[in-house]
Amino acid sequence: MPDFLLEIGTEEIPARMIEEAAGALWASVRTLLEQEHLSSYTGDPANYGDVFSTPRRLAVVFPQVMDRQPDSIEKVVGPSLKVAYKDGAPTPAADAFAKKVGQPLDKIGKIVTPKGEYLAANVARLGRPALDLLAEMLPSEISGIPWPKSMFWRNPSERFVRPLRWLVAMLDEQIVPLEFAGIQAGNTSRGHRIIGQETFQISKPSLYVEALREAKVLGAGEREQKIRKALDAATRTIPGARWRDDNDLLKTVVNLTEYPTAILGSFEPEFLTLPDEILVTVMRDHQKYFAVEDENGKLLPYFLAVLNTESDPDGLIRHGNERVLRARFNDARFFWQTDQKHSLRDRVEMLKNVTFQRDLGSYYDKTIRVRRLASWISETIKQSGQEIRLDVVYEAAFMAKADLTTELVKEFTELQGIVGGLYAKAQPLDADLPEAIRFAIADAIYDHYKPESMDDETPRTIEGAVLSIADKADSIAGMFALGLQPTGSKDPFALRRQANGIVRIIAERKFPLSLALLMENARAGYRGSAAEKKFPATVNYSGSVDGFLKERLEFYLKDVRGYAYDVVNAVLAAGSDDLTDAEARAEAVAKVRPSADFESISIAFKRMKNILRQASEAGKNPTESLDREALPLIAKDLADQIGPTGDIVKRLSATKQYSQALQELSKLRPWIDHFFEKIMVMVEDERVRSNQLALLRDLLREFSTIADFSEIVTEGKV
Amino acid sequence: MNAIDKATIAKAAPPTFQELILRLQSFWAARSCVLQQPHDVEVGAGTMAPETFLRVLGPKPYKVAYVQPSRRPADGRYGENPNRLFKHMQMQVILKPPPERVQEIYLESLEALGIDLRKHDLKFEEDNWESPTLGAWGIGWQVMLDGLEITQFTYFQQCGGVDLDPMSAELTYGLERIGAFLQDVDSIYDIVWAHDPDTGREVKYGEVRLADELQFSVYNFEKADVERTWEHFDLYEAECHALIEAYGVLCKDVKLRLQDDGPNADVAGLARDKQRFPLLGAYDLCLKCSHLFNILDARGAISVTERVGVIARVRNLAVGIAKHWVDQQKAAQATEVQAPNDQQKEKVPTHA
Repeated sequence: MPDFLLEIGTEEIPARMIEEAAGALWASVRTLLEQEHLSSYTGDPANYGDVFSTPRRLAVVFPQVMDRQPDSIEKVVGPSLKVAYKDGAPTPAADAFAKKVGQPLDKIGKIVTPKGEYLAANVARLGRPALDLLAEMLPSEISGIPWPKSMFWRNPSERFVRPLRWLVAMLDEQIVPLEFAGIQAGNTSRGHRIIGQETFQISKPSLYVEALREAKVLGAGEREQKIRKALDAATRTIPGARWRDDNDLLKTVVNLTEYPTAILGSFEPEFLTLPDEILVTVMRDHQKYFAVEDENGKLLPYFLAVLNTESDPDGLIRHGNERVLRARFNDARFFWQTDQKHSLRDRVEMLKNVTFQRDLGSYYDKTIRVRRLASWISETIKQSGQEIRLDVVYEAAFMAKADLTTELVKEFTELQGIVGGLYAKAQPLDADLPEAIRFAIADAIYDHYKPESMDDETPRTIEGAVLSIADKADSIAGMFALGLQPTGSKDPFALRRQANGIVRIIAERKFPLSLALLMENARAGYRGSAAEKKFPATVNYSGSVDGFLKERLEFYLKDVRGYAYDVVNAVLAAGSDDLTDAEARAEAVAKVRPSADFESISIAFKRMKNILRQASEAGKNPTESLDREALPLIAKDLADQIGPTGDIVKRLSATKQYSQALQELSKLRPWIDHFFEKIMVMVEDERVRSNQLALLRDLLREFSTIADFSEIVTEGKV
Repeated sequence: MNAIDKATIAKAAPPTFQELILRLQSFWAARSCVLQQPHDVEVGAGTMAPETFLRVLGPKPYKVAYVQPSRRPADGRYGENPNRLFKHMQMQVILKPPPERVQEIYLESLEALGIDLRKHDLKFEEDNWESPTLGAWGIGWQVMLDGLEITQFTYFQQCGGVDLDPMSAELTYGLERIGAFLQDVDSIYDIVWAHDPDTGREVKYGEVRLADELQFSVYNFEKADVERTWEHFDLYEAECHALIEAYGVLCKDVKLRLQDDGPNADVAGLARDKQRFPLLGAYDLCLKCSHLFNILDARGAISVTERVGVIARVRNLAVGIAKHWVDQQKAAQATEVQAPNDQQKEKVPTHA
């Protein structure tokens, strides 16, 4: 059975997009083959076929593709019998149907549907040749590849990531006569731009990979292996050295090359006096070089560059790369020196000329707001007994954004914060400032953008953590007040990431911080400012911001901490403002959840909630306050437990001993079980009924402060 | 040194800065480009010269190459930084529409500079281009040669807020970078600009341009009078704005007259009224504003609240001109179709 090959040849695809696009193409062609019954493959769909990608091509190869679709029988439904026959004689509608399916009327059967009986014919459908079908259907699969950003080059209605230059589409030796964007598919592919053949023929799909290798083009997996080996080999020439492992960078260079190798270059050791952060940023982010370090992780004056060619016979490439790196390092050193002309403290004033956000004013305005908010947070934390240096927070907040005016940050924007931290450490700041305080200020500034992703660490010091929260909360408050909250996939100011950061820091540091109060205070920072005049009156600030943070907290508990969704729902339904408390409650609920007593209580709580809801829908309400005397004995027994157990649970909750509290609560099970076994709640007698309802209401009210147990998903019947 | 040695060395020696320009010019001239001269109003990039900004608009094919000195006041470093310049030179090539082999042809241009690509490492790395001031954006790459960005390669998609059809390819060679690379020098100021064939004396980039860098850094950062620069900005803007308005009025007039006069309308005459309107003058005024804005910015004279607003003011001018330019090109096409002979017969004296 033939193999199928599709190769889309383009101008260089951005490295960051290649992997996902290749995967999407593979999945969509596979689905096409399955849906059109063109494949006889019966194994695991995830292992079907191969995908092949380089900067200049996306390709898929599928074996076991059939030359033509199998023939099939299709049932074609015609007019209803009522329409088809009048007084037993066929109507023109019946004749027309017979003509359409090409069968005599007496051979046509009928089917019974809920709407009545209809004429129905079995029509043999001839399978179509694979060549025709693929030629017809593949263009929409090609144009359907999702790109983060696409362009047009020939006709504004045709879009692709970059101009498409050739197509190979083959079913064994045969060419699939496919056309896309004015390009006719053939069997001619193209090799590596410089060291490969410009064009070459592919004899059949099974020889595709081999033919490419001949033309100096390797698949992604092979390129990665080759790069790793080349990096290892080049590093081995320096005793005791290793290359700094960097998965993202490796992925990038794999997707920037068709036939890679690596070279080792060096730079003047004097540049090692520049901070590592700067050296690595230049090498990694700007030049895509791997850094080289010794056994202790200390940088060595070498770098590794991955090339898109076979070798560097005359050393010209190494020499060129060394030149570029030297110039970059020289620039960085020049910027570093120039920047020292103004101290970080003096630069704060210059922030008046740096925009934070069009409507929210300058970074100077933000600085003042963040300092105020950070001070409030530190006071709150200090009151709860955690140790924190208020002066460090205050000073760090004041200088945190000052590095935005430095040449170094203008050149290497990804080093914002880090440069501020480095400068605070390198400069005296104030004559009488003790070094320990200055270094603490430096660390807080250095870390205050952290965490920049879910994997990133949170700030190392408590002062850095507070500053980070204040900075992020201020941004979120301003944007929400403007009505610019994230919607769907649109989050241009990365507010979700920032809110995730706030949640993580508070949770990890167990800060006793109310989210609502934090955001209220952050909003208060804008009071009376020019920005406030831009806030639309229609915005429901606290409603939207509280909901947003609750969502982030939910995300944190579920996706980061791994609590089951029903536990999270139960806990957050009982309160989501004190995050540290919410996590402690989630931990307790998750712990007691597997016990039989707890499961039974969850079921009972759900039942109580249902009964109360149904009663209220029927207009039957509990009494204002419970009158025990009106209750039957079994119900009274249960009511007597509420007070004592409630007191114990409350006492334990107050000291956050939630799992003990839940265990106490579980002890109610026999009474509750007994109640539901013996008692019919919705009795006729109004006095009894309304007091029984009041009992259930009081139980729910008293014991739902840790979690709303009715949210817990149970296997038992309600 | 005997004659043979000299010849061998001359062949192997890298091109001087001016030879670099000459080689690129003859390369692109041989590929049907008009060789233009630099635009003589200050611009921040070759893209802003009318030969790019205006020519990429509308349907008419065009191929052009020119060197454009590009001034970025804030990038000045008093001639002290070996890699940074206030004014650098770009070789700008516009191919409208781009030929199918545009990337390959570009690589041939590198070979024409004496770069043997088999001995170097070449990568096309994603780098899209956007200019909010010009209402323009495109998709493309930075071309990396041995880790050095030597060219910005862009497929224009929109310019002056107008969608382009056909689109253009723009190749922007960074001449100083390429010169330093070819000559293997660490400072731009050490690039050999010219080589006297008689005396063998070398003229370095620094000798030609250092004073320029120093003095303009002083001017842009220290001396430019903020108040007067603002006045200049306002005046140029007002003049430019008035022209844009006037063309709008003319369009309305022409439309009315076409309606009123019906079949008797002097279509060619009306089209010529549009054609002679000085939108090119308006565009130069817009460029002046852009440059003055850059000086004010370098001078630290633009506050936060002003900044966004001033960029929008320049963009308004650029977008207004682009829109009118497309209309004017249509008028020009109309007269070409209408009366090609008439036009040829008329011997209009050109600016002599």
